[in-house]
Amino acid sequence: MLSSLIFIPLAGMLLVMMLPKNAKWAIRWTSVAVSIPPLVISFWLTWQFFVNHASSAAMAFVEGPYDWIPLLNVQYYLGADGISIPLLALTGLLSTISLLASFGIDKRVKEYFAFFLLLEAGMMGVFVALDFFLFYIFWEVMLVPMYFLIGVWGGPRKEYAAIKFFLYTLFGSIFMLVSILILYFTAEPHTLNMMELIQSGSTLPHTLQLVCFAFFFIAFAIKVPVWPFHTWLPDAHVEAPTAVSVILAGVLLKMGTYGMLRISWPMFPEAVRYFSFWIALLGVIAIIYGALVSMAQKDLKKLVAYSSVSHMGYCMLALGAVTSVQAITGCMFQMISHGLITGALFLLVGVLYDRAHTREIAVFGGLGSKLPVYSGIMVFFSMASLGLPGMSGFVSEFMIFVGSFAALNKVMVGIAVLGVVLGAAYMLRMVQNVFLGEFNLSKWGGLTEINFRELVTVVPLMVFTLWIGLYPKPLNELMQATLEHLVTLMAR
Amino acid sequence: MSNYAYLIALVPLLSFVMIVFFLRWKEKLAAGWSIASILASWTMSLIVLIETLGRHGEPLEYFFYLTTFKGINFEIGILIDGLTAVMLMVVTTVASCVHIYSLGYMKDDPRFSRFFSYLSLFCFSMLGLVLANNFFMIFIFWELVGLTSYLLIGFWFEKKSAADAGKKAFITTRIGDLGFIVGLMMVGAYAGTFNYGGVFEKVASGQIPTAVLTVMAAFIFCGAIGKSAQFPLHVWLPDAMEGPTPVSALIHAATMVAAGVYLVARSMNLYVGAPEAAMIVAVIGLVTSFIAASIGLVQNDIKRILAYSTVSQLGYMIMALGLYGYDVGMDPHAHSAGFYAGTFHLMTHAFFKGLLFLGAGSVIHAVHTNDIQDMGGLLGKMKITSVTFILASLSIAGIFPLAGFWSKDEIVAATHGHPIFNIFTLIIAFMTAFYMFRLCFLTFFGKPRDQHRYEHAHESPRSMSWPLAFLGFLAVSAGWVGIPTLHGFSSFVFFGEPYHTSFHWDVMIISTIVAVAGIVLAYLIYYKKSISADMLAEKFRPIHTFLYNKWYFDELYSFVIINPILALGRFLWTFDARIVDGLVNGAAWLTIVWADIKWWFDKWIVDGAVNGAGWIVSQGSGLLRLIQNGAVQFYALFVLGGLLVLIAFKYEDVYVSLEWPWLSAIIIVALGLLSLVAKRTASREAAAETETEK
Repeated sequence: MLSSLIFIPLAGMLLVMMLPKNAKWAIRWTSVAVSIPPLVISFWLTWQFFVNHASSAAMAFVEGPYDWIPLLNVQYYLGADGISIPLLALTGLLSTISLLASFGIDKRVKEYFAFFLLLEAGMMGVFVALDFFLFYIFWEVMLVPMYFLIGVWGGPRKEYAAIKFFLYTLFGSIFMLVSILILYFTAEPHTLNMMELIQSGSTLPHTLQLVCFAFFFIAFAIKVPVWPFHTWLPDAHVEAPTAVSVILAGVLLKMGTYGMLRISWPMFPEAVRYFSFWIALLGVIAIIYGALVSMAQKDLKKLVAYSSVSHMGYCMLALGAVTSVQAITGCMFQMISHGLITGALFLLVGVLYDRAHTREIAVFGGLGSKLPVYSGIMVFFSMASLGLPGMSGFVSEFMIFVGSFAALNKVMVGIAVLGVVLGAAYMLRMVQNVFLGEFNLSKWGGLTEINFRELVTVVPLMVFTLWIGLYPKPLNELMQATLEHLVTLMAR
Repeated sequence: MSNYAYLIALVPLLSFVMIVFFLRWKEKLAAGWSIASILASWTMSLIVLIETLGRHGEPLEYFFYLTTFKGINFEIGILIDGLTAVMLMVVTTVASCVHIYSLGYMKDDPRFSRFFSYLSLFCFSMLGLVLANNFFMIFIFWELVGLTSYLLIGFWFEKKSAADAGKKAFITTRIGDLGFIVGLMMVGAYAGTFNYGGVFEKVASGQIPTAVLTVMAAFIFCGAIGKSAQFPLHVWLPDAMEGPTPVSALIHAATMVAAGVYLVARSMNLYVGAPEAAMIVAVIGLVTSFIAASIGLVQNDIKRILAYSTVSQLGYMIMALGLYGYDVGMDPHAHSAGFYAGTFHLMTHAFFKGLLFLGAGSVIHAVHTNDIQDMGGLLGKMKITSVTFILASLSIAGIFPLAGFWSKDEIVAATHGHPIFNIFTLIIAFMTAFYMFRLCFLTFFGKPRDQHRYEHAHESPRSMSWPLAFLGFLAVSAGWVGIPTLHGFSSFVFFGEPYHTSFHWDVMIISTIVAVAGIVLAYLIYYKKSISADMLAEKFRPIHTFLYNKWYFDELYSFVIINPILALGRFLWTFDARIVDGLVNGAAWLTIVWADIKWWFDKWIVDGAVNGAGWIVSQGSGLLRLIQNGAVQFYALFVLGGLLVLIAFKYEDVYVSLEWPWLSAIIIVALGLLSLVAKRTASREAAAETETEK
């Protein structure tokens, strides 16, 4: 079942490549159609997991381990648990939505959609791989389509942004590779099986644990991105086409935190405890710093990009609170909620950009009277982003605060709460400058209301944002056993 | 009914959803649905009140879990006791009046149905806030009322001032919520539950250290500071008057701003456990009340005067509650009227201040200005409005036997044993009576100062005047439930040991004298004009300017807080682009430079060595080729040279002194010379050959 999540998009990519170059609509709809089965399967798996497996922390839907390269003991080994299942569903959802949102792409349509499907396969692969070799392959496979998607279909500075993204991530990957090799050679018998390494990882000598942890941390921190490794993010976001931004914010950033939860946290519990204060501190810096920098932005997309830095800071704060199930749950909630909300914000910015061909905050004003539906939805997601109760962002932030307050330095968490006010400040400032005030009829009179296809892309995100915000219980139960197990692993 | 009390909140929510999705274009139906919903909530609240009275205020609680963590339950639940029942009544009554009033006031607005949908959303949030049985849930609704307040203040968002005011209100209250969140985190961490009862049990059993409790209670109070516009976060409320007047009446006078008072009353057990925190509450309340009343003395915008009056009265309530917490916390057997006074005044104030705002709205509707200097003499033109407005003013001033008289007296009584509080409370009462009647005399009496506006003035339609009349009735009579010796309100609202009220004749007499004195002074200045207002303003120019500019709070905040934060944001943005990203790009640049150096090295040194070797060989062979010129005598010369060298080697000292480098050098030089010679001969021969060819 899990394999199909990877191989359906791959097969779809081949299919798209075989279509004639000029059959643009056929290509677009084929790609969307191809992305539907993984979407359905990922939700069906979530449901199955919720019904049958949520009470245990063990891997579900396991495939393998089958020998792949016996000489190196490399295996084909897939599985999913409470950490990966919701992320798979998120990936499935955002992939279909992004493909739908990509219909405006008119240049090299075939290549674009082929790359996009390859990207989906890579993302799914990362979330289900349980063998380091496999994991590393998927991790790197994602980079290639992403590089081209930004570098070919991006904005004015696309080459710079694409290369920066690619090299920065690759730079981190190399540290990860070194660490993987250390783990491989210190394990007896040599293995790349993550489940076994989680068991043996904690037996490494103290210093070696710290080193391995630090290497993994660099790789994942660049992906999150943790302050101060974040500067690739605004560039990549601003230059990337809308749908790619959605995937970048919605799924790719989660790979960093996913990697921490899946690999470096349970594998090196001693190191995590050793660094926990500093990890949380990086989180707090990101929260405040990202929010303050957001406030100074003039470009809508950059504002959302920096708000991502701030929001992912909450995840890091929670990850610093290793002993608290609440905080870790909050971290998972924040990952999903940020995927939904920021994904939607990028979609909406894209909607406006498609019509106005500019993203500069200062040139707009009063759109609320001309585009009531669009403005309403944008205000909805702005409120979600600043953590209004009833929406998913509030649930996650609140859990993180309550959890980490009990586990961490109280003053530090108290400072992190400042992010709540700053978040309100930059979001409301944006809302006011773009949607409130007097409407400039002569300049923007030609703007049209959000259309049906665009509504289809954002409404599901609204539904999930509200659902998680109003009734977080199912999602919590989905992850609880896994996360509790994770915390016991970290107490070793 | 009480078992279905959640319907009281859900009916307006349904109305909101209906209007947004189905009734957006059917304005009349939208308004009708909205009004019907709030009336239904009102009816249900009334039944709940009666049932609660039947239970003698016994709390009734039920809930379901939203989600559970190890140790902490996040729940949604309903708690109904006397305080809840009274609050429900207050909210639904004022809300009903405001809904009906808005029919007339918002009649020609292009976003008519949207207005009613927002009103319904607000009612849902506010009623949910009142019904909540735990701190987590109250916080959720706390934020939601903040959202609706933001939406409604900025309802006319085309106006920059309205959009600004909405933003200011949201962010300022959020600063208070910051503290509230920290307070909640402490509740979660130390009590392990958010449920009111559960937390209070932990407090009562002494499981939470007093120091922690004090900090916790103080942080929770931050929420109330924000929402109830207390010093130092009071600055948003006067600006919030940019919203439509019905909104000001409902949200910014009667209900939402009272939520802070409600929160303090709800968590009174915390303050009783932490008297120092309670003292902070009381002091903040008094300071706020004094500052706001002093500013209200000199303002000219009718709604802003009322806004400052609201802030001042809220400060009153907060102060009374704080004093109760302090008194009872210090001495469990103390008899303090504070709790009773605060909640009682919350109720009466909701009615008469709601009425004042609706009346002000009616006046603005008639004369199209907010400036009381442009009004005057409206009494004859607008009978119902004027009469109800003056009644409400008498009520707020505390004149027997109107509602405000009873509740304000209790507040004065609550300051018993705290002389400073006592004196300031009376000073504020005097100021209140003065500024309210300054407002009344300038608006309704005397000669019209703007004839044009006066002539166009007319009484408002019935949809507006009837709610005024109804609220007028309440502004007169709502206080009678609290007449001492009836023991009604105090024992009902109070969920602990009831406070036995009795007549405080001394308090009643003194406060009445103070109130009458305020009214008389206003009468002398603004009606009889026996004292010139301008002369007074001139005489106290610095004080007047200071008060007129609202103690310069806005200027101070923008100078000390807002501008530095914006500047910090800009600085960090530059820092991010130049330094953090500069490091990244710098690393990339260094890599490129390094690559360039290597390329240069590769090209000139490594490849240069290879090519150089080839070059030397080819050049050398080119030279050596010349030696092989085929001239026998040349070869003979070589043989001779070689012979000489061999002879030289025969002699040992020559051999020793000539080490191999020298030797090779000599050989190379010799070979070179030879080749040069050879080259010259060769070229000479070539020249000779070409000559012969010619």
